[in-house]
Amino acid sequence: MTSSRQAVLDAPGRDPLAPAAARRVSSRLPSLAVMLSALFVLLLIVATAAPQWLTPHDPLEGDFLAVLQPPGSGHLFGTDRLGRDVFARTVHGARYSLCIGLGSTAISVFFGVLLGVAAGQKSRLLDEGISRVLDVISSFPGVLLAMLVVIFLGQGMANIAIAVGIAGIPKFGRVVRAQTQAVRGADYVTHACIYGRSRLQVFVRHVLPNALVAVPVTATIYVGSTILATSGLSFLGLGPQPPTPEWGVMLAESRDVLRVAWWPGVFPGAAITLTVIAFTVLGHHLQRRFEGRQP
Amino acid sequence: MSAALWRSVAGRLGGSVVVAWGSTTAAFVALHALPGNIADILAGDLDYPGLREAIAAEWGLDRSLAAQYVDFVRRIALGDFGTSYELRRPVADVVASQLWPTLQLAAAAGVLALLIAVGVAVLTAGRGRLPRAVASLVELVFASTPVFWLGILLLMGFSFTLQWLPVSGAAGWQALVLPAVTLALPTAGLLTQVLREAMEKTLEQPFVVTVRARGLGEWRLRTRHVLRHAALPLMTLGGWIIGGLLGGAVITEKVFGRPGLGTVTLNAVLSHDVPIVLAVVLLAAFVHVAASTLLDLLYVLIDPRLRAS
Amino acid sequence: MSSFTTFEALDVRSLDASSSMPMPPSVRKAGAPLVDIEGLTIGFDGPAGPTTVVDAVDLQIRPGECVALVGESGSGKSVTARSLLDLVGTGARMNARRFHIDGADALRFDASTWRRLRGTFAGLVMQDALVSLDPLRSIGQEVGEVLAHHRLLRSRSAIALRVRETLARVGIADPEARVTQYAHQLSGGLRQRALIAAAIAGEPRLLIADEPTTALDASIQKQVIEVLGRRVHDDGAGLLLISHDLSVVAEIADRVLVMRAGRVVESGPTNEVLSRPQHAYTRQLIAAVPSSSSRGSRLASARFEPVRAVDAGVTEMRLVRDPLPPRRAAAGAAVLEVDGIGKRFRRGGLAGSGAGFVALHGVSFSIGPGEVLGLVGESGSGKSTCAKIVLGLLDPDEGAVRLLGQPWSGQPERARRALRAKLQYIPQDPLSSFDPRYTVSEVIAENLAGRSPTQARSHIGTLLEQVGLGAGLMDRRPRTLSGGQRQRVAIARALAAEPALIVCDEPVSALDVSIQAQVIDLIGELQSRLGTSLLFISHDIHLVHHIADRVLVLSQGQVVEQGPVDDVFLRPCHSYTRTLLAAVPRPLAAWPG
Repeated sequence: MTSSRQAVLDAPGRDPLAPAAARRVSSRLPSLAVMLSALFVLLLIVATAAPQWLTPHDPLEGDFLAVLQPPGSGHLFGTDRLGRDVFARTVHGARYSLCIGLGSTAISVFFGVLLGVAAGQKSRLLDEGISRVLDVISSFPGVLLAMLVVIFLGQGMANIAIAVGIAGIPKFGRVVRAQTQAVRGADYVTHACIYGRSRLQVFVRHVLPNALVAVPVTATIYVGSTILATSGLSFLGLGPQPPTPEWGVMLAESRDVLRVAWWPGVFPGAAITLTVIAFTVLGHHLQRRFEGRQP
Repeated sequence: MSAALWRSVAGRLGGSVVVAWGSTTAAFVALHALPGNIADILAGDLDYPGLREAIAAEWGLDRSLAAQYVDFVRRIALGDFGTSYELRRPVADVVASQLWPTLQLAAAAGVLALLIAVGVAVLTAGRGRLPRAVASLVELVFASTPVFWLGILLLMGFSFTLQWLPVSGAAGWQALVLPAVTLALPTAGLLTQVLREAMEKTLEQPFVVTVRARGLGEWRLRTRHVLRHAALPLMTLGGWIIGGLLGGAVITEKVFGRPGLGTVTLNAVLSHDVPIVLAVVLLAAFVHVAASTLLDLLYVLIDPRLRAS
Repeated sequence: MSSFTTFEALDVRSLDASSSMPMPPSVRKAGAPLVDIEGLTIGFDGPAGPTTVVDAVDLQIRPGECVALVGESGSGKSVTARSLLDLVGTGARMNARRFHIDGADALRFDASTWRRLRGTFAGLVMQDALVSLDPLRSIGQEVGEVLAHHRLLRSRSAIALRVRETLARVGIADPEARVTQYAHQLSGGLRQRALIAAAIAGEPRLLIADEPTTALDASIQKQVIEVLGRRVHDDGAGLLLISHDLSVVAEIADRVLVMRAGRVVESGPTNEVLSRPQHAYTRQLIAAVPSSSSRGSRLASARFEPVRAVDAGVTEMRLVRDPLPPRRAAAGAAVLEVDGIGKRFRRGGLAGSGAGFVALHGVSFSIGPGEVLGLVGESGSGKSTCAKIVLGLLDPDEGAVRLLGQPWSGQPERARRALRAKLQYIPQDPLSSFDPRYTVSEVIAENLAGRSPTQARSHIGTLLEQVGLGAGLMDRRPRTLSGGQRQRVAIARALAAEPALIVCDEPVSALDVSIQAQVIDLIGELQSRLGTSLLFISHDIHLVHHIADRVLVLSQGQVVEQGPVDDVFLRPCHSYTRTLLAAVPRPLAAWPG
């Protein structure tokens, strides 16, 4: 009783005079960054859907007379050791990263939400069981789990997407589980029967929407992680094989010519970094926008 | 240490044993649930006379599934990971011989990342707009940079251009510097973000005002009080970070041509050497479980509020 | 004379710090003021432009004097207090005609001078020790930190000794055991005392207490105030007490400053200010406090009117209040019948039978139509368990509840659903009872089943007007509303179902006094007009005396006393009721109505 009174008087555990000014400022600052990120993601979508709008060159065809040309006229990012235009390959590579990234995030979200909501229900047994399953999945480091999947299922895009997807299930599972438990304990849920609502109605109208409020935000930020993971696996040779213009594969190929040519190694990596940054920034922006809506 | 504390410690240890067992079971299930003859899977790319018999004998393929499972768990628990048919050596040997360079790398990177994270977070948490914005930007960039690209850039810069550090191999501490830094920086980016946010959240708590009212300056406040609070969320992340370091070590070893467990495993994957991959993955899982349990216990030690439950 | 006493005061201070000799009475109230502020103005730069939080405040505190800063939220009292230790935070612009701390010009202090003062010259005690002490450090470490940091004592054993002495001085028995414990292991009263101990360990000459008793039970409040008061009178320190509660302040303050919107609207000796308030706001503040004498009237309408001007000098002031609409006579069958309910929780708060903690035992009462039944008790008395059982959220282990003659407890929810509209509730924290995604109209619409959207919307508009909010708030989010507005929305939601009984669970305890008065008036008016029965749960005895017809006193899960409000509160039979009444500060204005 006393503590609930206290909790009501000011936000729990927060000094009422604490300067929120610093927070407010940083919430204004990234608006330029957010715009740039959104533009970049738009660019990626264009590169995925219609790469020919961005570059006339064929990513797979190499001009043997123009091997390892530095960036300059005709080749924006230069050419690689087989004479292929690096810019064209980078643009065409966007679709692999984006699709694998989104695909594996989708797998993680779907199963994670399912398990998380189930674990957040009343049954302690279900909660413990699912939590242990999530613990087991998360005990395998992502890269190694992917190796396990690849060795059993073979190499290729779909399989590394599955591997990274499985590795991401615990993250969403735990977040959704925690949210579900928090929401189920909140007053507006425990007292909802006063308004004549059945348990199912309460679950569908109140528990689910509020428990899943954090999912789009977490997913957006997580796309960045999946792109990092999948490009890393491609770099190791477990994903798409050369000559596919996937960014990780391109970086693996560039290692041999590093001593003499920097451009095949720098641009694909920069593309990965910028993509991850863009999704992370957008995700954080969404988080701030929806902060007020958290239960 | 009260009875309740012993009970919660025992509970956590029990939980981690369950998880370790679960990982072993998952590996077993994965092995047997796949399409194809298990003997074929284990043989991989090879086929020489006597191979099938050796596999059948070692893995007990003629016995029932349940008996195979029990045998599997028992062998793993005792550290016998079987034989690599590719390399014709016991897996445990192969793993043990290559373990040290990888551990070295992961540990060095981890410690470095932690030091950077603590230093930057303590210096920038709750300070003015500019240092925080700069720190945030730098952290974001590093956390978003793929390890292999960072490695390539550092290679180009320090090994090829400046020629300060060796390009590959594991000879001496100089060969450790670039790989460790490569692995440490993205991890540091993430750790710093988490630590700084935790510190800033802590700095808004009422008890901080009380501590300041005793005359403590910013430095003492942060190191004596705030850091301990901020370390708590970091510890919940700890297991995941260690897993990431192990995975990142694999990638870093490829970039720098460094010998180690990563190289071994990668070759094993490409040549379908199942026993080795299985062993490395399970080993990593056990390390992860052990580290998480340790961190869990440390958490309880630091936060007295958890001791009663 | 004054120079002699100053010399003596200096002499006493220079004695070995480990011997705490009380200052002789002659130097207690004399001597230079500890704090001498004139024209203090503090402003912040917010996103909506600069705001002034403290406006031209004068404040003086002498040694051995207790000064109280009273005001509602947003009055600037906390900021003023924190400015004495320069703990207002970054981004504050501070300005004053005179700002002397301990005789020196504090506007010229640099950071290290301030740090030297904190803990040694002045100590700070805040609300709720659970979050004001570092939960990861032991009580001993927290109390001893100021000693170690300022090197007031050198050796560890000397510090440990002083820590134990300080804990004993604030009335903590068995300090040996407490030193290694943590804040969450101590009860509310002990924690707060430990917090005070941490602030006085360095023997500061000024103690600043910022809402030290808020959110504590009345009896514990009394103990904490006593500890603070002893510190002032016994050891000759100065005390700056900040509170929103005038009655708490009345017990120990020598002088009172009433603040509103950053300005001091009235100041003077406590007796003067409380018995003959000059400023309209102070009068409003005093008059808005509910008590037995305000029964049946609107609290928010209270004002002072001159009775007669007999001679030119003194004008007698009389407190006048507007009456509420009269209550209709209650007739008919009881709305709620509670018969011998009991509830037992297993250790850890899990429901179930078997050995455990008894939350309720043998509680029986009934509420007639149009009647207001008050339920009072301290924390742990079982009030919330009782409320949950009445609301049908918990089933009792023994006994039965009947609502409007129908069986209520122990029924499956399907059987109860038809009656649900007849029983509503008003929560303590309205915000957590609203779905965070909902707007005001969606919140209220939850209780309006089976109407077309247009019908519902117009009905919601009517309801909002009924509770004193404009229909324009319909599409706002509750998060953007003030505490009083949110509570009105909760009331509107409860009314939407046209209930026969409303359970009010501490509906105003989180609100400022003036807002509290308005909301209580609203509840009272609606109750009178609509004839709704109320089960009014509160820890505030005077509030219950104001609004309830009958009252139930709960202690440790059992009904200790029951009866008409005047009987129970003015002529209590049970010893617990008497203790409870004694612990509560007496009402400020026992004015003839």
